[in-house]
Amino acid sequence: MGTAAIEIRGLTKTYRLGTVSVEALKGVDLSIVSGDFLAVMGPSGSGKSTLMNILGCLDRPTAGSYRLDGEEVGDLSRDGRAIIRRSRIGFVFQGFNLLPRLSALENVELPMIYDGTPAATRQERAMSGLSAVGLEDRAHHLPTQLSGGQQQRVAIARAIVNTPALLLADEPTGNLDSATSDEILGVFRRLNDERGITLVLVTHEPDIAAYARRVIRFRDGRIVEDRPVDPRRRPASPPGAASA
Amino acid sequence: MNLLSAAKVSFRSLRANKMRSALTMLGMIIGVGAVIIMVAIGEGANQRISAQISSVGSNLLLVLPGSTTSGGLRSGFGGVPTLTMGDARAIGKELPPVRFATPSIRTSAPVVYGNQNWSTIVQGVWPEYLEMRDWKITSGRNFTAAETEAASKVVLLGQTVAENLFGPEDPVGKIVRIKRSPFTVVGVLDRKGQSPQGQDQDDTVVLPITTLQKKLYASAHAGTVGVIMVQAVDGESVKEAERQVAALLRQRHRIGPGQDDDFSVRNLSEVLALAETATRIMSLLLGGIASVSLVVGGIGIMNIMLVSVTERTREIGIRMAVGARERDILSQFLIEAMLLALTGGAAGIVLGAAGAVLTSRFAGWSTVISPSAVLLAFGFSAAVGIFFGFYPARKASRMDPIEALRYE
Repeated sequence: MGTAAIEIRGLTKTYRLGTVSVEALKGVDLSIVSGDFLAVMGPSGSGKSTLMNILGCLDRPTAGSYRLDGEEVGDLSRDGRAIIRRSRIGFVFQGFNLLPRLSALENVELPMIYDGTPAATRQERAMSGLSAVGLEDRAHHLPTQLSGGQQQRVAIARAIVNTPALLLADEPTGNLDSATSDEILGVFRRLNDERGITLVLVTHEPDIAAYARRVIRFRDGRIVEDRPVDPRRRPASPPGAASA
Repeated sequence: MNLLSAAKVSFRSLRANKMRSALTMLGMIIGVGAVIIMVAIGEGANQRISAQISSVGSNLLLVLPGSTTSGGLRSGFGGVPTLTMGDARAIGKELPPVRFATPSIRTSAPVVYGNQNWSTIVQGVWPEYLEMRDWKITSGRNFTAAETEAASKVVLLGQTVAENLFGPEDPVGKIVRIKRSPFTVVGVLDRKGQSPQGQDQDDTVVLPITTLQKKLYASAHAGTVGVIMVQAVDGESVKEAERQVAALLRQRHRIGPGQDDDFSVRNLSEVLALAETATRIMSLLLGGIASVSLVVGGIGIMNIMLVSVTERTREIGIRMAVGARERDILSQFLIEAMLLALTGGAAGIVLGAAGAVLTSRFAGWSTVISPSAVLLAFGFSAAVGIFFGFYPARKASRMDPIEALRYE
C-alpha cells in the first residue's frame, strides 16, 4: 500500500440547532492510505454520516484539518469543494441518486459535463465506465428500465468516471437484496483490488464490513475501534459479478 | 458546463413538463403579442398624423383677418377683410425670420373640361405657395411671378381634379373653364392626401391670386386677401416670426397701444405638434397597458420556476454532489427561465404581428410593425426571463447539497 491519501487531524463538527449546539464529531484523527478499503460502522447519530459528508467535501469541518492527497481541503469555498468533488471524489449513495430523465450513459457523463470535457471524450469515457461495471449493453436505458443492482452499478460507473482519488459509498447495498448486495460489493472489491481506488464504505452490517481491509467503528462522534480485517476472513469476490 | 449543454439540459426539463411549460409560455405569448399589437396601432396612428403634418408644410404661420377679442362688436375670424396684398409683401420682404409669405384667397367654383365638370376649391396664391407647402409638381410647371404680375389665365390642378376631369389623359396644355373663363393647365400637383382635419387636399386648383381677384372673385373689398400664409426660416424662428408679423401688421394697420388687433396670427406647427403629442401619448399608454400583461407573464415564469426548483431539489443535490458549482446550477435554471420567456416572446411576436395585420385589414386602422418594436419586445422578454428567473435560480444554486440530497 502507498502513501496516506487522507490525513484527518482533530476534526470536529458542531451543528447549531436553535440555541443548542450538537457536536457530531469530537476531534477525529484518521489516516487512510492510498488503495485502502475502509468500512465505517456505528449506530445512527454516531457521526459516521458527518464524517462521510466532510470526506466527500459536501460539508466543511468546524475545526481541524482534512488533507486529501496532501492538499488541505477542509477550508475550501463552496465552489472550491465542488471542483474537488468532481475531479477527486466519487459518491455512491444508498438510493442510487440517478437522474430519472437521463439514460444510463448520460448519468455517467454527468461529472464530466461540469468540468468541460468535450462531448466525444465524455461519451467514450462514460462507455468505458459502464463496461467496467458490466453495463455497456444498457447504456441507453433509463434508470426506471434497470433493476436496483443495475442502477447502483450505473451510479458506481458515474462515481469512478473521473478516476477519483477517493470513492465514498454510503450504505450502497441498503436498498438491495443480499444476492445483489454481493454483486455490488464484488464490483467495489474489484475496483479496489484491480484499480487501487481508495474506498470508504459506510455500513451497518458486519458481513458487508468484512469485504473491507480495515474497519473503524464510531460512537458519539469518536472512533472507538480501528482494526484490520483478517484477509482469510474476507469473502472472495463472487465470480463474474463485476464482468457480467 | 458550457452554454450548449446547459441549454440542452434546460430544454429537456421543459419538454418533460409540456403542459406546464406551454401554459407558462402562454402568459408571455399574450404579453408580448399585446405589446406588439398595441405598439403597431399606436405607431400606425403616429405615422398617419406625421404624414398629415408634413403634408401641410413645416414652420407655417397663418395670419387671419379679424380678432379673437374685441370690445363691443366682435366679428370673428375672417369676418372683416383687413389684410392686403401689401401686408403680405411687407411680411415677406421686411422680416428676417420669414422665408416666404403669400396671400391666399379661396373660393369654390366648378371647373369644366369638355363635357366633364367638377366643383372644387379654387386657391389664388403667389408662386412661392408650392414651395412653402413642400408641394411637388408631377407634370408641367409652376406658374411664374411674371404670370402673377400679368394676371395670366393659368392653373395648376390637384390630383383629384385632374383624375375627375381628365382620367388617364395628361391635362398639361389643355384648356379648362372656370366661371366661363378659359384657363391653360400648366401643371399637375403631386398627391398630398388628407389634411389633419380630414379634407382631401388634392381636391383643389391653384392659380395666381391676381388672376383670381380680377377674373373670378368679384370682391366688395378690392385688394384685400383672405389669409396670409407665412413660413419661418426654421423651427427656432417660428416664435420670433410670429411676434414680428404681429408687430409689423399693428404698425401697418395703425393700431395704437391698448387697441385690439384687427388680425390674428396662428402657429400651425404648434397646433399640429399638439395633435402629434396626443397620439404619442396614446401609443405610450397603449404600450404601457400591454406591458402590464408582459409583467404578469413574467410572474408566471417565476412562479413555475419556483415550483420546479422545489420539485427538483434532489436533482440539484445530485448535480452538486458530482461537482456542479453554484454558477452551473444558476445558469441551468436561468437558461430554463430564459428559454420559456424567449420562446413565448418569439411566438408572441408572430401572433402580435398577425394580429396587427388582421386589425388593419378588418378594422381599417393603419398599423405599423417597426423592427425596433419587435427587437424591443424580444429584448424585453429576455429581460423578463432574467429578472423573474433570477430569484428561483439563485435559490437553487444556494442550496445545501447535503439537505438537497436528503430531500424526498
